[in-house]
Amino acid sequence: MSTATRTTPTGTGRPGSSARPDGPAAPARAASRPPARAWAVGRVASWTLAAAVPLLFLGTFFAWPVLALVGRGFLPDGALDLSGFADVFSRPRTWRIVGLTLAQGAIGTVMSVLLGVPGAYVLYRCRFPGVGVLRAFVTVPFVLPTVVVGVAFRALLRENGPLGFLHLDGTFAAIVAALVFFNYAVVVRTVGGLWQRLDPRPEQAARSLGASPARAFWTVTLPALTPAIVSAASLVFLFCATAFGTVLVLGGMQYGTVETEIWIQTTQFLDLRAAAVLSVVQVVVVVAALAVAGRARARRERALQLVAPGSSGAGPARPHWAPAVVTAGVLVLLALPLGALLLGSLRTGDGWGLDHYRALGTTGGRNALTVTVWEALGNSLRIAVDATLLALLVGCLVALLVSRRPRRRAARRAVGVLDGVFMLPLGVSAVTVGFGALLTLGHPFGIATDLRSSGILVPVVQAVVAVPLVVRTVLPVLRAIDPRLREAAGTLGAGPGRVLLGVDGALAARSIGLAVGFAFAVSLGEFGATSFLARPDLPTLPVVIFRLIGQPGADNYGMALAASVVLAALTAGVMALAERFRGPAGGEL
Amino acid sequence: MARTRARRRAPRRTTTAGLVAVAGVLALTACSVTGSGSGSGSDDASTGAGGGTVTLVTHDSFHLSDGLLEQFEADTGLTVTQVAPGDGGALVNQLILTKDAPLGDVVYGIDNTFASRAIDEGVLEPYESQAPAAADAARYAPDASHSLTAVDTGDVCLNVDHAWFAAQGVPEPTSLEDLTDPRYRDLTVVTNAATSSPGLAFLLATVGAFGEDGWQQYWTDLEANGLKVAEGWSDAYYTDFSGGGGGGPRPIALSYASSPPETVPEGGGEPTTGALLDTCFRQVEYAGVLAGAQNPEGAQQLVDWLLSDEVQADIPGSMYMYPVSSAVELPESWAEWAPLSEAPHEVPLDDIAENRDAWVREWTDLVVG
Repeated sequence: MSTATRTTPTGTGRPGSSARPDGPAAPARAASRPPARAWAVGRVASWTLAAAVPLLFLGTFFAWPVLALVGRGFLPDGALDLSGFADVFSRPRTWRIVGLTLAQGAIGTVMSVLLGVPGAYVLYRCRFPGVGVLRAFVTVPFVLPTVVVGVAFRALLRENGPLGFLHLDGTFAAIVAALVFFNYAVVVRTVGGLWQRLDPRPEQAARSLGASPARAFWTVTLPALTPAIVSAASLVFLFCATAFGTVLVLGGMQYGTVETEIWIQTTQFLDLRAAAVLSVVQVVVVVAALAVAGRARARRERALQLVAPGSSGAGPARPHWAPAVVTAGVLVLLALPLGALLLGSLRTGDGWGLDHYRALGTTGGRNALTVTVWEALGNSLRIAVDATLLALLVGCLVALLVSRRPRRRAARRAVGVLDGVFMLPLGVSAVTVGFGALLTLGHPFGIATDLRSSGILVPVVQAVVAVPLVVRTVLPVLRAIDPRLREAAGTLGAGPGRVLLGVDGALAARSIGLAVGFAFAVSLGEFGATSFLARPDLPTLPVVIFRLIGQPGADNYGMALAASVVLAALTAGVMALAERFRGPAGGEL
Repeated sequence: MARTRARRRAPRRTTTAGLVAVAGVLALTACSVTGSGSGSGSDDASTGAGGGTVTLVTHDSFHLSDGLLEQFEADTGLTVTQVAPGDGGALVNQLILTKDAPLGDVVYGIDNTFASRAIDEGVLEPYESQAPAAADAARYAPDASHSLTAVDTGDVCLNVDHAWFAAQGVPEPTSLEDLTDPRYRDLTVVTNAATSSPGLAFLLATVGAFGEDGWQQYWTDLEANGLKVAEGWSDAYYTDFSGGGGGGPRPIALSYASSPPETVPEGGGEPTTGALLDTCFRQVEYAGVLAGAQNPEGAQQLVDWLLSDEVQADIPGSMYMYPVSSAVELPESWAEWAPLSEAPHEVPLDDIAENRDAWVREWTDLVVG
């Protein structure tokens, strides 16, 4: 760490430190000492281990279950049967659904990016009172259970709702709006995280040379942000193209996606052949999207000059009016469904009050639940701690691996493939993973306890879902590290482990706060895979919310809304804490 | 240099603060990998005397009053572990899928719309219960094999919002046919037959009422009269229904015959909603011993227990269903405001088994496109 600190020319934000030409990393220019043989062996061994842990984890808890279930579809009687393709593709519904999936993914992504980039600017580049609260607030939708958001959204859009005059209920536009509602935070946070630490001097230089703010943004800042934007966009596309609950609740089956169709074919018809074909289609779509994203990123990829967030001159205190107006508008739209939720939770039989919140200490009207909502919250927190630790361990290893740019072409290609492979959990249907887990994870490796009924798989599957987010949060920062920092550290005598710790570790640490926040929040809100594996006597908060809202009685409904508000507030709190963890201004470097 | 050092110390403080915060959270939640596995009724492959562990596979609505399950465990020496991986069709399909390595010993919650599939696929081991209520349960037996034992029943029916109809001065509809009357245009919400179990039950009610060749026309007419198809029960009941407490616009919604007592206003009086008893389909929920069970004796004891008077008497209050036993009394509010239909629409189980998937597909093409 100290080595890196002393040798880096940039980052202190002090004028006068050398402004280096920006450009692709010079390949191994520094004359580092030829590593001893023992070192080389140790290095290979430790990288192999670093690759083995995440591969084993995802292999066991993701790839194996998925392949087992898809295998059942293609190998019904032990013999390969691919007739499903012809059959499924001869249904007109299939083509319509594939088209809708792509349209939803594309439009949802474009809208999220168009609205999210101004949001990243306002919330991460500018400083004004309350910005921390707003940053936490925008993340809330991302982790709310879809069933609750569906109810809140439809309460606004239905014929007699406050926005009923727009006639959006059950339309494609309503689905896209909900997708943006969920994914806005992904763009804002991913892009904002990089923008915050972007050296402002190139943009300032452009401005002082006469470029308009728009031109300076377009020619200097935007290209620098592209890796983060592409990263965020590929994530959002995956979320949009595989959206499940939102689409079902808001659009019904006429706007079905490949994901909803897989769910129906698997759970309702047990048509594993059709489900397997659709799973292949889904993976093809996802891999194609990732490949496009990877290309776009690679073209733009280069070392960036990063500075400590909020260091001198890191941004204007007052935002430019145009992005400020856009962001204010988006924040109001985000607040509407959340406000409807809050109001609903305060409405009692004869007016307003906190009755539903007091009821959270009970098991609901006529014992709707097996535990009180607070006990469920305790379960959720415990599980989230486990899931977060797992996701961090695996995610950071993956990010570290994928951030390498080995000299050999084959190795570079392998790294690129790995990058995509670890994103797949976001692109494969939760029902496939869930059913597959029931199929394969009874007694894997001869374990005596039935894992399926042990509850142990709950944090594990949540971690599988959170790993891609951790990777996407940490990776842009690691990739943006100037390789010369590492080389310099090596020149000055630091061993590979020390370089890793002192350079990569030190720089990534600040994005890890955010990764922790995301992983924790995702675990708190995860419902899809959890619903297959949660133990009935240890339900999580989203599970009890789902159960409450599945029972008649205005009190249970009110309680479900109150519990959702608690979940939302908790999530916002976690994200706010993550912000603090990330560290205030005046960081090192 | 001094400046550099000062700068370097700052982050360490925040790291410490962060670590303290994390440690705090961990302590608060008594965390860790062990934490999630150590709840009540833990599954430590109990070696206890008596019957050991019995694993109950069910849906997440399975739930009884406090103490009942504990009493069963105390009486039998069994430890009951529950898994709830799905409901309705998903539950049955999961059992079929995991036939070679069963999810548990006993299942509760298979209903009559999927019973035949479970039996035909051989996921169940026949067991004839001798519990007192077994004679009542036999009325609902899906076949003579004793693979499944009926535990409770309920009616899926359209519910109406009395207040809305009184305020509008429109008479309430009573039959399925009424709903295609232009007077009731844009007033009805039902749930998706492909994704929700009440939705499937209602589709079967229309098959029973209009015949295998007549239901399609009925749904076409319903559609033409402004039918709304919501995704699931909570969506329809709380978002679209005007009488469910969520303030929706539509006064006719698909729900259960047992829903109206939940709409008695605070302070008593009559419920504000009612069920249309001529629009019902009878759901029957079954329990059964799973083929390949580790603990078949424990599984049989659990089936008997579900038919015991204590459990049967608890079912209405805990699960909104009617017990099969004729020996237990219904809650007062049910006797008054939640009677079962006297003539529910019926479809023979064999027909359901043979045609269910085709009907659902046809319905999907016809109604939601």
